[in-house]
Amino acid sequence: MDFRLNEEQQMLQDTVARLVRGEYSFEKRLEFSETEAGFSVDFWKQLSELGLTAVPFSEELGGFGGGGVEVQSVMTELGRGLCLEPYLQSVIFGGGLIGHAGSDSQKEIWLGGIASGELQAAVALQEPQSFYDLNNVETRAEKKDGGYLLNGRKAVVIGGHCADVIVVSARTSGDARDSGGISLFALKSDTAGIERRVYPTIDGSKGCDLLLNNVQVDADALLGEEGKAAEVIEYQAGRAIAALCAEAVGVMEVANELTLDYLKQRKQFGVPIGKFQVLQHRMVDMMSELEQARSMAILAASVADEEQSDERRRVLAAAKNVIGRSGQFISEQGIQSHGGIGMTWEYNFAHYAKRLIMINHQLGDDDFHLEHYASLLQAG
Amino acid sequence: MNMNYTTEELAFRDEVRAFLDEKLPADIAAKVKGFRHLSKEDHQRWQKILSAQGWYASHWPEEYGGVEWTPVQKHIWDEESCRYGVPRSVPFGVNMVAPVIIKFGNEEQKQKYLPRILSGEDWWCQGYSEPGAGSDLASLKTRAVREGDHYIVNGQKTWTTLGQYANMIFCLVRTNTEVKAQAGISFLLIDMNTPGISVRPIITLDGEHEVNEVFFEDVKVPVENLVGEEDKGWTYAKFLLTYERTGLAGIGLSKAALSHLKALASRRIKNGRPLIEDTTFSQRIAKVEIDLMAAGISNLRIIASVEGGGMPGAESSMLKVKGTEIRQSINDLARRAIGPYAIPFVEEELNHDYDGEFLSDENAAPLSAQYFNNRKLSIFGGSNEIQKNIVSKMILGL
Repeated sequence: MDFRLNEEQQMLQDTVARLVRGEYSFEKRLEFSETEAGFSVDFWKQLSELGLTAVPFSEELGGFGGGGVEVQSVMTELGRGLCLEPYLQSVIFGGGLIGHAGSDSQKEIWLGGIASGELQAAVALQEPQSFYDLNNVETRAEKKDGGYLLNGRKAVVIGGHCADVIVVSARTSGDARDSGGISLFALKSDTAGIERRVYPTIDGSKGCDLLLNNVQVDADALLGEEGKAAEVIEYQAGRAIAALCAEAVGVMEVANELTLDYLKQRKQFGVPIGKFQVLQHRMVDMMSELEQARSMAILAASVADEEQSDERRRVLAAAKNVIGRSGQFISEQGIQSHGGIGMTWEYNFAHYAKRLIMINHQLGDDDFHLEHYASLLQAG
Repeated sequence: MNMNYTTEELAFRDEVRAFLDEKLPADIAAKVKGFRHLSKEDHQRWQKILSAQGWYASHWPEEYGGVEWTPVQKHIWDEESCRYGVPRSVPFGVNMVAPVIIKFGNEEQKQKYLPRILSGEDWWCQGYSEPGAGSDLASLKTRAVREGDHYIVNGQKTWTTLGQYANMIFCLVRTNTEVKAQAGISFLLIDMNTPGISVRPIITLDGEHEVNEVFFEDVKVPVENLVGEEDKGWTYAKFLLTYERTGLAGIGLSKAALSHLKALASRRIKNGRPLIEDTTFSQRIAKVEIDLMAAGISNLRIIASVEGGGMPGAESSMLKVKGTEIRQSINDLARRAIGPYAIPFVEEELNHDYDGEFLSDENAAPLSAQYFNNRKLSIFGGSNEIQKNIVSKMILGL
């Protein structure tokens, strides 16, 4: 048994860490967040030039053939920098869906570009009524003129305002919450009939709701078999969950480092506040939460690219549940340990705290995954 | 044991309800209940209505324009006004500096400042915390040196809520460095327009400008602006903090927030059914509602003892901790109730005059921001850790 990264994985993680340290100061991040894209186009270019956007793709696509652990190494470092680039949305999730369900020609059209960073993908699976259930799809795709006509609304599409391709789920048959009858489409972002309501997110990124009004696409926009997308979505969402857990660990690491630093530096009543036992114990609890989260992120990474099974489902649900709870604990207790300064825009801690809470709102919160895990409980 | 209101108290409650039914503008109440921003005009419009009723300075003695409500009457007002969506009065003048001036100020100060608080002419802010003096307030360093008939003030205050609108600030300043920290502090009233004062905004994590830093550079303050005696300010400050703390449990606000949460959860959908029918979520709501029920009774027990002539003691510290935890839990649930829509931050929907289409729910936009903003509840007014220190010292003798 050995939990250490191998030499290649360690090099990969060091590469991302160096890049983030060099290019992603807190002040720069605030500037990137204010741009139209909501992230740094230059940093994205650097990621791709170093081959990092190609990490999870196969070698014939110019990729690295990386699995869960490689993705984890990248995501943790991006988390440490609170990086805003659409690595999760484009490389992991969008690329994953197209790679999983797409035909050879669809992969050729999209994946090379996604792997090289020239193209960005976004993922539009949620809807206003879906909460976190990705099988809850009311958007309709009807056969028309040899292709499909899409109508409906997709909710909170992170990066959807500037992605080149958007992977959209729509119902070709069945009722709103059936797992059967869901299909996936790769929509070019400039397809007629796509209307966007763009907004900043509270954690510094950008996204949009997509209103699909009679969006006509050709038959070759369909990814995979008609009506059979639920399994693909579930599997790829699992990969994205593992990646998100890794990001969260990076965010928590920095949040804890900042808090510990503050406890040592800040003096009240003539001593560093870290001398007070109530704060010592709280910091220990934050540390323990991080270790719980780290363990689950490692476990999630180890099953991310395994064949689907109830065991994989359980691990991913458990990991996201733990990450949600640990993240909220560290966010809230970190703010409390800092006092007022932990709530200011000018100090980076608050931005880590916000990201941790918002990670709980991506791909299912701790309640959602607790329910999912409970539904998969094994008999004793 | 009698947990019921008296006939007179019930009559008072009816009077409050009748007043709010008739006089509270519906547009203002809707904004308060939806956690949207109020315009300055909204605040002024409401203060005028409240003043006309004679209820703005309800706890002041009658001779200064108050009505001297009993603790139970104050409680009734608090409950009803939260339930109806009455805008919160900015407390620094009417609820904070005024009681200090009334109790410790001289006649001239009473005649000068109290009417201007009543009329809304003066907007007060609080100069207590400093960058190096938060929980350890007595270590404050802002210095006031007597020179003739003035004090010369140098230093810095922070977390000054709504200081950007204020024309007056009440400050704790150090007038004596030779004695124990608490013994060298004085309570000064300072005109914000005095040369040498500058205000710098502090933007909070939700993007709001609510708090400020206030800098003092050779600021000349007339000695008649000293409240009470020199070096006795700590006593007045503690008196004020007790006043502040009794309101900080926010039971009425939590009740209003809970009712808002339940309405929201009835509109939101999970698995094709209203979220409020979902087992997991309804149990979360139930738990916080039960906690609030208990805290509500604890609050009444404190009020009843004060009504009987007692002083709110360390019990109010316990209630501050519980009450703020409950309100933060309600904010947590409201954010959870909107699921993925907690992520977008559609600031324009917070505007008092927003008339566009809402991204998701009409009340969704403020929920994440409010959750983050209300992390302050367990920090300000004496952090919850400090409150627990008070309880362990005063009640437990530890």
